[in-house]
Amino acid sequence: MQLSFKLNGSATQWEDVYPGENLLEVLRRHDCWEVKGNNCTNGECGACTILLDGIPVPSCTVFAARVEGRNVDTIRLLGDPDHLHPLQQAFLRHGAVQCGYCIPGMLLSAHALLVRNPHPNRDEIQQSLSGHLCRCTGYLQQIEAIEEMARLPEGAE
Amino acid sequence: MVSRTVVGQSVDKLDGPALVTGQAVYTDDFSLPGMLFGKILWSSRAHARIRAIDTFAAERLPGIRLILHHGNVPRVAYTTAGQGFPEPSPYDSFIFDRKVRFVGDRVAAVFADNLIAAQEAVDLIRVEYEDLPAIFQPEEATQPNAPIIHDEEEIRGAFDPGHNLVSHLDLKIGDVEQSLAQATYQAEGTWITQFAQHVPMETHIVITYLDEWSRLVVRSSTQVPFHARRIISRLLDLPIQKVRVIKPRVGGGFGGKQEILLEDLCALATLRTRRPARIELSRKEEFVSARLMHPMKIQVRLGADSGGQLQAMEMRVLANTGAYGTHGSTVFFNTGSKTLPLYNKASHVRFVGDVVYTNLPVPGAYRGYGATEGYFALECAMDQLAAKMGMDPLLLRRKNHIREGETSPIFIKLGEGREGVDQTVQSCGLDRCIELGMKAFKWDEKRKNPRRIGSDRARGVGMSILMQGSSIPRVDMAAANLRMAEDGSFHLFLGATDIGTGSDTILAQIAAETIGLPTQRFTVHSSDTDFSPFDKGAYASSTTYLSGQAVYKAALAVRKQILGVAGLWFHVEPSTLEICQGVVFNRQGARLTLEEIGYRSYYLADQQQIEASASALSQASPPPFSAHFAEVEIDLETGIVRPLDYVVAVDCGVAINPELARGQVLGSLINGIGFALSEELLFSSRGVALNPNFLDYKILTSLDLPRIEIIPVETNEPTGPYGAKSIGEICINGPLPTLANAIFDATGIQMKEAPFTAERVWRALKRNE
Repeated sequence: MQLSFKLNGSATQWEDVYPGENLLEVLRRHDCWEVKGNNCTNGECGACTILLDGIPVPSCTVFAARVEGRNVDTIRLLGDPDHLHPLQQAFLRHGAVQCGYCIPGMLLSAHALLVRNPHPNRDEIQQSLSGHLCRCTGYLQQIEAIEEMARLPEGAE
Repeated sequence: MVSRTVVGQSVDKLDGPALVTGQAVYTDDFSLPGMLFGKILWSSRAHARIRAIDTFAAERLPGIRLILHHGNVPRVAYTTAGQGFPEPSPYDSFIFDRKVRFVGDRVAAVFADNLIAAQEAVDLIRVEYEDLPAIFQPEEATQPNAPIIHDEEEIRGAFDPGHNLVSHLDLKIGDVEQSLAQATYQAEGTWITQFAQHVPMETHIVITYLDEWSRLVVRSSTQVPFHARRIISRLLDLPIQKVRVIKPRVGGGFGGKQEILLEDLCALATLRTRRPARIELSRKEEFVSARLMHPMKIQVRLGADSGGQLQAMEMRVLANTGAYGTHGSTVFFNTGSKTLPLYNKASHVRFVGDVVYTNLPVPGAYRGYGATEGYFALECAMDQLAAKMGMDPLLLRRKNHIREGETSPIFIKLGEGREGVDQTVQSCGLDRCIELGMKAFKWDEKRKNPRRIGSDRARGVGMSILMQGSSIPRVDMAAANLRMAEDGSFHLFLGATDIGTGSDTILAQIAAETIGLPTQRFTVHSSDTDFSPFDKGAYASSTTYLSGQAVYKAALAVRKQILGVAGLWFHVEPSTLEICQGVVFNRQGARLTLEEIGYRSYYLADQQQIEASASALSQASPPPFSAHFAEVEIDLETGIVRPLDYVVAVDCGVAINPELARGQVLGSLINGIGFALSEELLFSSRGVALNPNFLDYKILTSLDLPRIEIIPVETNEPTGPYGAKSIGEICINGPLPTLANAIFDATGIQMKEAPFTAERVWRALKRNE
C-alpha cells in the first residue's frame, strides 16, 4: 500500500508499505537509520522514539498506516553533526552520551518536553525520560543537561 | 608534576556529534543487497538428546536459503569466551550439538530472504528430543548419580566434567580453623546472588559478507574483535588471513559481548551461500540465550581480635555457570582475588569453591566479574562483625584495609584461572575515599538519627569499601598505531574497543597530551582487524590503563620523529625543541607548525612517514579503590526499599577525562542498584525463563534515582599512563553490600539473598516480628 506523510518536514510518499508493518520497520527499511532500537519491538525501551505530530512515541508501537497524512519527526529534526542543536550540545557537555543507542529517542522526548514547557522542574524532566531505558549513564547526566536548557530564557533554545 | 593541557580535561567525546544526531554508526545501520536474515531455533528442553531434526517442511517455504543444524556443520569443541589464547574457559561448546543443555540452547538456524520467512521456517522445524534428567540447583550438580551435563568426549579444560565441575580450588594461607576458633569475635553467613542480565540497549548483532577478494568480513557488535577473528577462524577452518572483523559503534556491552555468540552462524551462512547474512537477537533472546551474571552462594567466615583486627577470613563459593563453562573459573577466581586482598591484615585466609554446570542459561563475563558477588558477602560479613563488636563499621574497615606500599599474599596466589602476579599497591586513596565520603554523606550525623520514622517506615545507613584491578597482568597485550597526515592531524589506529565508554576519546587525549596538540586533531579508528594493531579488547578494566600505555609509547615515538624533522629544519638538536598546541618552538621562539612538518616530510625533504606502533603488556594490575555510602528508607508494611542518598568516593588514579570517568561510576552504580533492588531472571521448575522482557525484568529508570554525589579522589599510579588506573567496573560492586548494610542498620535484618525486592524484605520483616 501507499503511505503519504511528512517526514522531518518533507512530503514523503512510499509505495511499498505492508498493512500491519510497524513504523519503525518501515522507517529503517527506507534507510532512516537514525531511528534505533529494533530489538524490543514492544514499546518497552524507548530507543525508537519519534515525534508523531510533536508527541514522542516509540515507533515500534505505531502501525505505519496510522501516520498517513501526519507529521513524523526523527532526530534529524534537531541538528546534524556540523550544526548541533543546543540540546544536543548540552547532552554532550554533561556526559549524557556513552554508547549513544538510546540517545536519539531521549533527545526527542526532552525536546518535546521543552517545546511544551520551556522551564520544566526536575520531576517533570524525570517523568519525560521515564519511557527511555539507558544502561550506560545512570540518567543523571541527561537530567542535568535538560535542567541546563530549562534555565535558559524563553526562546533561547 | 608537569602541567597538563589535555589529560584531566573533560574533552567532549570524539564520536559524540555522530551519536547525538543518530548517524548510521551501529552494526545494524547498514544493509547489503541480497542479505539473508537468520533466525535461530532454540531448545524448548532443559536437557535432552536430539534424536532427529526434520527440516522438510521448513525447507519448502519460499525464500528459505539455508538451514544449519548439528548434522551439517563442523563439529569442533570450543569456548564462546572471548579471552586470550589459550582461553582459561573449557572447550565444551559446539556450533550445534546433538544434545541441548538448557531451555534456550541452540538447535538450528534458518537463513531466508526476509525475517518473516526465517521465523516461519524456524517454527516448522520438527525436533524429536529424548529428555534427560536435568539439574536446576547448583547443589545437586555434584551429588552422586547426578546427570552428567557434559558427557561429550571432546570436552577439554573443565576440572571434572563427570561430576559437572568446571572449576575447583582450595587455597589456604595459614590456619583459618584454628585462627577462627581463637578469635574474640566471629561473623558468619551465606549470601546468595541471582541470575542477572547485562541489558545492553543494542542486543547482539552480526552481519557477514564476502569482500571482493572472497575474504569473510564480520561486522559485529563485539567487545573482542581479535578474539572473535581467532575463534571464527578455528571453528570454520578458515585461515585468519581470510577473516576480517569490523567493530562499528557498539550499543553497550558490560561483558556480555566478550563472547562469540552469532558470528559463527552468520559466517557459515555467508560462506555457503556467498550472500551477506545477518542475525540479531530479540530482547527475549538476549535475556535467555546471550549471557548472564554468575549466581553464587558465598559463605564467609571472619574472625577478629578484641581490638577489631581481622585474623582470619574464609570464603566458600558455589558458582552456577549454567549449561556452559564460559568465564566460569576466571569469574570464580576473581570473586576471591579482587576482594580478599582488601583486608590484607588477616594472616589466615582460605578461599575454596566449586563452579558447577546446571541446565540453566549461561552466565559469562559481567562488569565486576565475580567481585560483585564476593563484595556482597564480604562487606555484609564485615558489618555483622562490626555489629557484634559494637563498633562503627567504618572504623572496622579503617583498621583493616590495605594501604599504599602494602601487598597481599592473594595477589600472587590467585590470578585469572591460574596463579596471579605479585604486586605492591603503589597508589591507594582509600583513606581519603572513606574520609571525604563520610563527610559528604554526613555519616556520623546520620548514624545518630532515629531509625524509625513514624509507625510504618524505617531509615538506615550503610557503607562498603571496594577495590578492583586494572588489566590482567602478564596475560593481555594491547597495541596502538599512530600516523601523521601532512596537515598535522593524526590517525590513531586501535585494537582497543570503544563500546560506548569513550575510550577512543580517552586514548586520543593520552596521545594528544604526549605530542602536544588538541584532541580534536585526532581521528580514531577502533576496531578493524585488517587495520588495527592487536588489542585484547574491552574487558578486565584494562583499556585506559593498558591500551593507554601502548598509545603513550607510540605517541612518544611520534613526538621524537616530529622533533627530529624540526631539528633538521632549524639545524638544532631535537632535544632543544618544544611542542605546544601543535606548534614546534625552538629556543629563539621560531615556530614551525605540524602542518609545515607534515608537508615537508611527505613531499619536500628528508621524506618519511611520521608514524609509530607500540605494544604494552602490564606487569601489575593496580587496584582502583572506592567507598560507598547509602541511606535507605524501608516501608515496613510493604517491604519496599527506597535508596535516598548515595555517595561514592572513588580513586581511579588520575582521571584522564573526569566527565567520562564520572559516567563510568554513575552507569555502574545504577546497574548495581538494579541488582540490589529489582533485577532477577526467574525460571519455572522446568528451567523456562519467566520474565525475559523489560516489563517483568526491571532495570532502573530515570524515576528511580537516589540523590547521588560522586567524589573523585585523585592519586598518581606510577605504572599507569599519566597516573591513571581503571574505573569501568569497580563501582558496580558497591550497591549490593551498601544497601544491604543500610537495611541491616534500619531493621536489624541482614538481607542475604539478592535482589532485595519488596516481597523478600517483607517476608524477612515478618519472620523477624
